[in-house]
Amino acid sequence: MDSILISVLNRTLVAGTPLLLATLGEIITERSGILNLGIEGMMAVGAVAGFIVTLATGSPWLGMASAILAGILISAIHAFVSISLKANQVVSGLALTMLGLGGASLFGRPFIGRPLPVKMAPFRIPILADIPLVGKVLFNQDPFFYLSLILGVLLWVLLSRTRWGIQIRSVGENPAASEAQGLNISTVRYICVLIGGGLAGMAGAHLSLIYSKSWTEGLTGGRGWIVIALTIFALWNPLRAFLGAYLFGCIFVLQYILQPIGIPPNLLGMMPYLATLAVLFAGGLKKGRRYLHAPAMLGEPYTKGER
Amino acid sequence: MKKIEKLEMVEISKYFHTTRANYKVSFSIESGEILGLLGENGAGKTTLMNILYSLIQSDEGEIRINGETVRLHSPKDAIQRGIGMVHQHFMLIQNHTVAENIALGFEEAPFFFPAGHVAKKIEEFSRIYGLKVNTQEKIWQLSAGEQQRVEIVKALIRGVDLLILDEPTSVLTPQESKELFSILRRMAGNGHSIIFISHKLEEILSICDRVLVLRRGEIVGASSVQSTDKRKLARMMVGRDIIFDFEKEHIERGPLILEVKELIVPGDRTERAVKGVSFKVYKNEIFGIAGVSGNGQRELIEVITGLRRASGGSILINGKDITNASARLVSDQGISHVPEERIKFGIVPNLFIYENTVLKRHHNKRFSKMLFLNYQTIKSHAESIVKDFQVTAPSINTPIKNLSGGNIQKLILGREITGEPTLLVAAHPTYGLDVGATEYIRRQLLERRGKGIAVLLISEDLEEIFELCDRIAVMFEGEIMGILPTQEANIEDIGLMMAGSRK
Ligand SMILES: Nc1ncnc2c1ncn2[C@@H]1O[C@H](COP(=O)(O)OP(=O)(O)OP(=O)(O)O)[C@@H](O)[C@H]1O
Ligand SMILES: [Mg+2]
Repeated sequence: MDSILISVLNRTLVAGTPLLLATLGEIITERSGILNLGIEGMMAVGAVAGFIVTLATGSPWLGMASAILAGILISAIHAFVSISLKANQVVSGLALTMLGLGGASLFGRPFIGRPLPVKMAPFRIPILADIPLVGKVLFNQDPFFYLSLILGVLLWVLLSRTRWGIQIRSVGENPAASEAQGLNISTVRYICVLIGGGLAGMAGAHLSLIYSKSWTEGLTGGRGWIVIALTIFALWNPLRAFLGAYLFGCIFVLQYILQPIGIPPNLLGMMPYLATLAVLFAGGLKKGRRYLHAPAMLGEPYTKGER
Repeated sequence: MKKIEKLEMVEISKYFHTTRANYKVSFSIESGEILGLLGENGAGKTTLMNILYSLIQSDEGEIRINGETVRLHSPKDAIQRGIGMVHQHFMLIQNHTVAENIALGFEEAPFFFPAGHVAKKIEEFSRIYGLKVNTQEKIWQLSAGEQQRVEIVKALIRGVDLLILDEPTSVLTPQESKELFSILRRMAGNGHSIIFISHKLEEILSICDRVLVLRRGEIVGASSVQSTDKRKLARMMVGRDIIFDFEKEHIERGPLILEVKELIVPGDRTERAVKGVSFKVYKNEIFGIAGVSGNGQRELIEVITGLRRASGGSILINGKDITNASARLVSDQGISHVPEERIKFGIVPNLFIYENTVLKRHHNKRFSKMLFLNYQTIKSHAESIVKDFQVTAPSINTPIKNLSGGNIQKLILGREITGEPTLLVAAHPTYGLDVGATEYIRRQLLERRGKGIAVLLISEDLEEIFELCDRIAVMFEGEIMGILPTQEANIEDIGLMMAGSRK
């Protein structure tokens, strides 16, 4: 019984990590006022790039680095189209998803089913890992689990406690006022979108290198859309993203465990979206109408000097 | 970078499609000088200053600092050169706190915990200079006057060489304006230069060294303040004589229109922003509410116009209970509303002028048939408002956001007054209007009062309150300190009541 519990918790954290990474990326992107619906595509590109490079070089670290780079590059398309060309961000983001998924399956085809020769070794934190139960679950994980924790806390500190954070949030709330205070709106938004792309690429590589240790078409399996929901679920707050990511990660794990006893996996698959609706619903009922605020200018292109 | 000793704008021209907003404007300002900029609504003052601050680029002309031509591409460049600006329409981030708003562009703020550091700075600043702001509140919780204070503090705390103030005093109380002026004088004494835009001629005369007058984008006059006076300036601006104090004829008030009984209203930051307020407004009467902004006036009018819910008490219009009725129902009862924040609550910026003239009334028989709007009548209605209220606009097919601030205000007033309301609720009706337009609107209000409407006027401008109102109530911390007939009131008493003494 104990071992089942440990393995469920363990898998929950592994499944939650890519969700967390990509959500952190989407949070910073949306906080700057840009909506990127291309997460699914960026994750797929990251997954394939990471897998191919790891196979070719034998180094999962190089694989991870190239996944991040691939994510940044593909998100640059979205940044250019929506920031410089001021095009509709929903359309551009959807196009990015299709482009990313298509490109990933094209380049990934020869690698389907190939096993990964090297594994990203779990990083055992001495002493702490010997604590019963908790030690095995929390302190004997892959390095990117720890990295995602650090990144989440860092992003929270950045957004809520630093000058850059005020600047990023201000650009997403009111670009005209931010520009009048001397900010360069395009620069801030480009940086945020590219960071979001890098994190989505990293999330994709986590799937192919650590979670499934292989590449198959459709590996991302709708996680990109869950991330969009998670961003709202987290109310654009990195700390709440932890909660959401592991909650939704747990659902992935339970899908497999509960299926044999007759609970349809589709039902569980719906849970992330239901949970997001529930958060919105609860937030809407809460007193004080400003509780649920998306960045005020989310999705609106900014033209300098226009009234 | 070297301090600004002398700044020149040379032959500046700016066109918006067919509108010529500025045409060959040249002027200069030297360190230690306070320069007044005057002009009718739509004359091009804001455009000119936006060019100087580089929010927009001029089509022709150049800017010279200390004799040397400079290219400023964005406000960032302007800020680096030592230029600061207080904008006519608040440039604030509604969901952020006051401290965060000020920290945004404050170079001295530390990387970590900037808001906390800035909050301390602001408190220090307010202690020395006045202009109190609460640093922990969110902007959306603040009244227009409080937001204006935040804007001013934001610009002052940076310590700039050249400060542009675009109508900073429209919603300030006389006391706050006085505090601001003493700061400005001190700055000028220390060698800073200031460009000051206002429609209040007394202010220009009392604080500026020189004035420039703009008309239809061109400079039509310049003078030192010693050699001019109110009448001359007004004449230069609008090209005709302005009557400053007109007679208010005495009219017997008619039957009761609005009755407010023991009204209690929750605020955005307190449980009770209005604490049991009662008053009555009659037909043929202008009832004024004076008070420093942020003492519950905004919540009070939002409840009367159906934009906020009361937690106790009642509101009757013509004897009918409309407490907590929807805004649509309230408006259908003949209550018009000129809100204090015109951009946020008065218009839909991206809609055309003609569409904005039928907001709230688009469902009237006159403007629509079943599901369809009758654009012909809507457009002719819009044309007549634009003509009667002298709104300067290229055409009624322009998005309303392209109008100058004063012209937006004229259009809102036109819309609300021509609706033939039984009760007009007006907050700062002449906010941002030039002297000509102010005269026109005040005359209109008095005329409509004669024809039988009731007006509830909220203003911090005591002069306006005294000129227009039959009775004056003073609000302080959510309560009414007293109600006086205008003949029995004097400015000193009202001033004391605004600070909390009862009558
Ligand atoms: N972005 C824009 N697009 C089109 N027209 C504009 C734009 N900005 C300003 N205008 C026009 O330029 C003219 C000058 O406007 P401006 O705002 O400078 O006037 P102002 O002198 O500041 O008036 P006010 O006293 O009412 O604030 C107006 O006719 C206005 O409609
Ligand atoms: Mg203006």
